[in-house]
Amino acid sequence: MFTFISKRILEAIPTLLVLITISFFLMHAAPGSPFSSERALPAEVLANINAKYHLDEPVINQYFYYLGGLLQGDLGPSFRYKDFTINELIAQSFPVSAEIGIWSFLVALILGVGCGIIAALRQNSWVDYSVMAFANLGIVLPNFVLAPLCILFFSIYNHWLPPGGWNGGAWPYLIMPVIAMSTSYIAQIARITRGSMIETMHSNFIRTAHAKGLPKHRIIFQHALRPTMLPVISYLGPAFVGIVTGSVIVDVYFGTGGIGQHFINGALNRDYSMVMGVTILVGTLTILFNAVVDILYAVIDPKIRY
Amino acid sequence: MITTQDKIQAIEQFAEQVTEVEGRSLWQDARRRFFSNHAAVISLILLTLITVVSLLGPLFSQWNYDDIDWEALSDISVLGRPNIENGHYFGTDTLGRDIFVRTLQGGQISLLVGIMGSAVAIVIGTLYGAASGYIGGRVDSVMMRFLEILNSFPFMFFVIILMTLFGRHIFLIFVAIGAISWLDMARIVRGQTLSLKNKEYIEAAYACGVSTPKIILRHIVPNVLGIVVVYATLLVPNMILLESFISFLGLGVQEPMTSWGALISEGAQNMEIAVWQLAWPLAFLVVTLFCFNFLGDGLRDALDPKDR
Repeated sequence: MFTFISKRILEAIPTLLVLITISFFLMHAAPGSPFSSERALPAEVLANINAKYHLDEPVINQYFYYLGGLLQGDLGPSFRYKDFTINELIAQSFPVSAEIGIWSFLVALILGVGCGIIAALRQNSWVDYSVMAFANLGIVLPNFVLAPLCILFFSIYNHWLPPGGWNGGAWPYLIMPVIAMSTSYIAQIARITRGSMIETMHSNFIRTAHAKGLPKHRIIFQHALRPTMLPVISYLGPAFVGIVTGSVIVDVYFGTGGIGQHFINGALNRDYSMVMGVTILVGTLTILFNAVVDILYAVIDPKIRY
Repeated sequence: MITTQDKIQAIEQFAEQVTEVEGRSLWQDARRRFFSNHAAVISLILLTLITVVSLLGPLFSQWNYDDIDWEALSDISVLGRPNIENGHYFGTDTLGRDIFVRTLQGGQISLLVGIMGSAVAIVIGTLYGAASGYIGGRVDSVMMRFLEILNSFPFMFFVIILMTLFGRHIFLIFVAIGAISWLDMARIVRGQTLSLKNKEYIEAAYACGVSTPKIILRHIVPNVLGIVVVYATLLVPNMILLESFISFLGLGVQEPMTSWGALISEGAQNMEIAVWQLAWPLAFLVVTLFCFNFLGDGLRDALDPKDR
């Protein structure tokens, strides 16, 4: 088990390197530079700025400068926000994204699994049908559709919640982003859990448990839940990626000030180091999370042995 | 053997009476199962309708998708309302352009991106999966390893970088979206190929000296098509969603052309004064996504009965 975990984590390093390399050269292959603005700078000033950021050297040198900085945990200075380094900007905005993301993830997991199990246990009743109807609806209502609908309903028609902003993460500012982010994952997870639970409840070992006369709650929680969770766990990887990507919409739409906003602004302004910083952060998180999911899978499923 | 003339005649007569017994092919069976699924059939009809209306609808309006109605422009929240008389069936946007025509034009783009993006994903995914599964061995493990690496990339970020850096050409959208969505397809096709690989007819082809690329193209690919069709139907709504996501961020198709995502984004900015700008494109998008999902489920039940 230990070798499996360490192998899985070591494998993340080359993947991350590929990610860094591709996005670095992609950024630098594009026409334009961070300092090409409408108001042309005097040639000497431009040359000085380029020299300061190593922009006058070959791309390959720039790449190694960047990697060198990265090894020391330095993501470089921002080309756009002159007085800030990328580390500072990310340190400022990442907690916001993380808070929204974690809440959305928890809500999606708890509600999704809960709804799925209830629907499966009351198969073909009205509870089942309404959960599945909601699940179908949730899948076709993506976050960028839900975000304006939430604002329309909660803020414009009813004035219950503030339409945007962050305010240090006070709960009224958290509700709408979490709804917008988690709904489609609640739906997907409920669907997967229901299917898996129905299959589990028809298997032989559950019949044995019934025959032994175990009470129903013990059958569900002690015997049925573990195999039911396996397909759910393998969905958590993609769900995590989706929630991270969705944070771009939420940040832009609700103005929460998370990393998504920085990413979009950075991409539009050719702020190389900002885009690279966010991509590397998100990539690292994604790769680590996939590794965690794999390990979790191996822990829960007794059939997988490493 | 001696056969008399009258016996032959009797046989011929009998043969004429007997109607030929038709065997039911796999596809006929699938069609029967599909048409007994009402949700899927209704979805198919609705989708056909949406496609036809998107293509032909703009011809029946007096406005073009980039025409500006200067009269409505003076007061969008009143004169821009949906109105049958002045030809703005769905109202106008903040620039006085007709939402009806723009929604349909956006539909053309969204459906096109959905279908073309899926086509790119299917071609890459099927060939990659079939090659990996058929060749097997070390090649297979390297190809699958590569797939796993790609799978842990945050691709949406790549697409956004691509769109901002290399211009917002519609062709680029197809390629970018298609190129990030073939991973699942490749995995599914590989699984199917592994089970086909040891069938007798593949062995026969190999024994006849058919080359590997030809076996893959002529023998493997046609036999995985059923499952490819099912996943393609489920892929199209995902493509439409991805495109809308990109357009919502303002990085999709170039103005004055539009797509559902771009329209929703514009509508969301003005929903306080002109809710119709949000409502119509939203309704079209949601209905289309719904239909594709039901259609995909129906096709899966029809073509892959053991998976029910």
